[in-house]
Amino acid sequence: MTRSAAQPLPQASTLEESLRWLRIMLTIRRFDETIDELFAQGKVHGTTHLYIGEEAVATGVIAALQPGDVVTSTHRGHGHNIALGGDINAMMAELLGRETGYCRGFGGSMHIADQSLGNLGANGIVAGGLPIAVGAALGFQLQQQSQVVVAFSGDGALNEGAFHEAANLAAIWKLPVVFVVENNQYGMSGSVKEMFALGHLAERAAGYGIPATMVDGNDIFSVWEAAGQAIETARSGSGPSLIEAVTYRYKGHSKSDANRYRSREEIQQWRQRDPIDHLKEYLIANGADGSSLAQIQREVAQAVADALQFAESSPWPDPSMLEDAVYAKEDGTHV
Amino acid sequence: MSEMTYGAAIRSAIEWEMDRDPRVFIMGEDIGVYGGAFGVTMGMVDRFGKERVRDTPIAEEGIVGAGIGAALVGMRPIVEMQFSDFIMNAMDQVVNQAAKIHFMFGGRMSVPLVIRGPAGAGTGAAAQHSQSLEAWFHHVPGLKVIMPAFPDDARGLLLSAIRDPNPVVFFEHKLLYKLKGEVNETDEGLPFGRGIIRRYGAHATVVTYSLMVHRTLEAAEHLAKKGWDIEIIDLRSLVPMDVDLVVESVKRTGRLAICHEAVGRGGVGGEIAARVLESDAFDYLNSPLLRISGLNTPVPYSPPLEQAFMPSVDRIEQTLEAWLTQEVTSQ
Ligand SMILES: Cc1ncc(C[n+]2csc(CCOP(=O)(O)OP(=O)(O)O)c2C)c(N)n1
Ligand SMILES: [Mg+2]
Repeated sequence: MTRSAAQPLPQASTLEESLRWLRIMLTIRRFDETIDELFAQGKVHGTTHLYIGEEAVATGVIAALQPGDVVTSTHRGHGHNIALGGDINAMMAELLGRETGYCRGFGGSMHIADQSLGNLGANGIVAGGLPIAVGAALGFQLQQQSQVVVAFSGDGALNEGAFHEAANLAAIWKLPVVFVVENNQYGMSGSVKEMFALGHLAERAAGYGIPATMVDGNDIFSVWEAAGQAIETARSGSGPSLIEAVTYRYKGHSKSDANRYRSREEIQQWRQRDPIDHLKEYLIANGADGSSLAQIQREVAQAVADALQFAESSPWPDPSMLEDAVYAKEDGTHV
Repeated sequence: MSEMTYGAAIRSAIEWEMDRDPRVFIMGEDIGVYGGAFGVTMGMVDRFGKERVRDTPIAEEGIVGAGIGAALVGMRPIVEMQFSDFIMNAMDQVVNQAAKIHFMFGGRMSVPLVIRGPAGAGTGAAAQHSQSLEAWFHHVPGLKVIMPAFPDDARGLLLSAIRDPNPVVFFEHKLLYKLKGEVNETDEGLPFGRGIIRRYGAHATVVTYSLMVHRTLEAAEHLAKKGWDIEIIDLRSLVPMDVDLVVESVKRTGRLAICHEAVGRGGVGGEIAARVLESDAFDYLNSPLLRISGLNTPVPYSPPLEQAFMPSVDRIEQTLEAWLTQEVTSQ
């Protein structure tokens, strides 16, 4: 269900907190718009998957996490890392392949991790992070710690075998995992209507004995509330949950694509329900003033421009680093 | 020193580490009360409990991935593949995830994970339960690959595997589980990347590992009676590999043969050969090199077929002898 902007703020979220969310969502959007432009200019190579249109999901879910909790991210992972408070300078530098990037240029768009913030890593393999998320939750359970793991995935990932194995393990061992399915209606081109014989993806969870909910993924308050409940359930030892967050990606699957699998009208309709516009209306209806929102927007644009400046002025990595980079000589930094 | 089987030595290493380090735990299919398909974990659940000796569903991709995730949050998991063939169900997690996390995320993370299980033919288990797949993992940067031939090596190398900050693929040979040997139950792990000369000889170097160490040793004894003096190197660790030991040996003997049970095509033998040909030992070679390996077929079932697949003591002896007396082509 979508809230109308006329409703009051949900109790637990203050105006100040909501403004912080807006800043995150705007940062994700501005960051990925910039990547889109850089791609068109040939400054970013390889591939990249933009989170534009889906910002409320990462932002709302991660707002419900506590320090020490972790996530596993996906190929469409920029938003997750930004919502965790990730360093956009290091992200931009990574996408530009520079030595100052998160992974010193070894990873690129699909391989950004930041354990210090709880991001165990994006993943170039659809559903590849799901068993890993379950293992992290097992680790926390064995250590008798109360941390929770959020496993982000797309809709398409639910048709991978890895999802099945991960979901069952999480269920039988009552692990503190929340599966957040970002249902943006498509895999690369395959629509959920074609690729699932289910009305709602959330229904699949029942087969594992996992409780599930479906939320409007473009309404950050709904996402945040559902995530808060699922995370609380996980933290209290009651096991995993699944959240289907219904949303939409505006841009092509990776870089741009010709949209042969969907219509312009459909894209336009979803743009009418933009998650950022929705939050702004909401904030204004609840007493925020327009000039402070515009101020946030300017600050975000500046921060992303600075990140680009930082990245472009950073050195390229030296290939001599490669040989020594394959094996760890000592334990890495663990969460 | 105490005498124990190869299987018991593996159990001893796991128990040692579980006693010493609360982060270590093991999971796999039927490893609890059942004790594992080959009895390696027999009795362990009584000692360490079901949390740390964890029975899992039949879900190799899930449990290897779970091992990775647990490693990433500070545990040191051991994941048992009931038969090493089943690791194919987990290839994404092994090859695309575990092997690459340290590198791809820029070096800040490590995956201290051991994936271990029984490999090899000779038990009539047929094509899907008898393979020696080490070449697949040997090919993947980021993995270490260990294949011990003796109980003491199995224990020492497994201790090191559990302590290593990288993912280690540890293949045990089914026909070795009952092999007995002296084992020192100490805290000392055996370093990776060190082969060992099992038999000194002047006429040829045979490089081998796992079960084939035993068969080449036996063949060498027979050949000794005919006047041939064979040097045998047990690599023990394929990644990292003790190339120096091989090169030095070949420089002394002037001949190189390689023997492994895995199918020859694309096998580790090709890599060993290339490393020697690239080295200064090239100038010392007096004959073409020789590979003795499993046939280029799936592992067959019927006893005569299965025996034909694997290098037997007879085949090793005859092939080496023919090669030593005249030039033969690899087979
Ligand atoms: C195992 C695997 N198969 C295929 C791909 C290629 N691929 C990358 S993203 C993608 C679509 C994924 O769809 P979904 O899970 O819905 O995520 P979305 O891209 O919509 O966020 C595909 C097919 C891949 N990266 N990994
Ligand atoms: Mg999708």
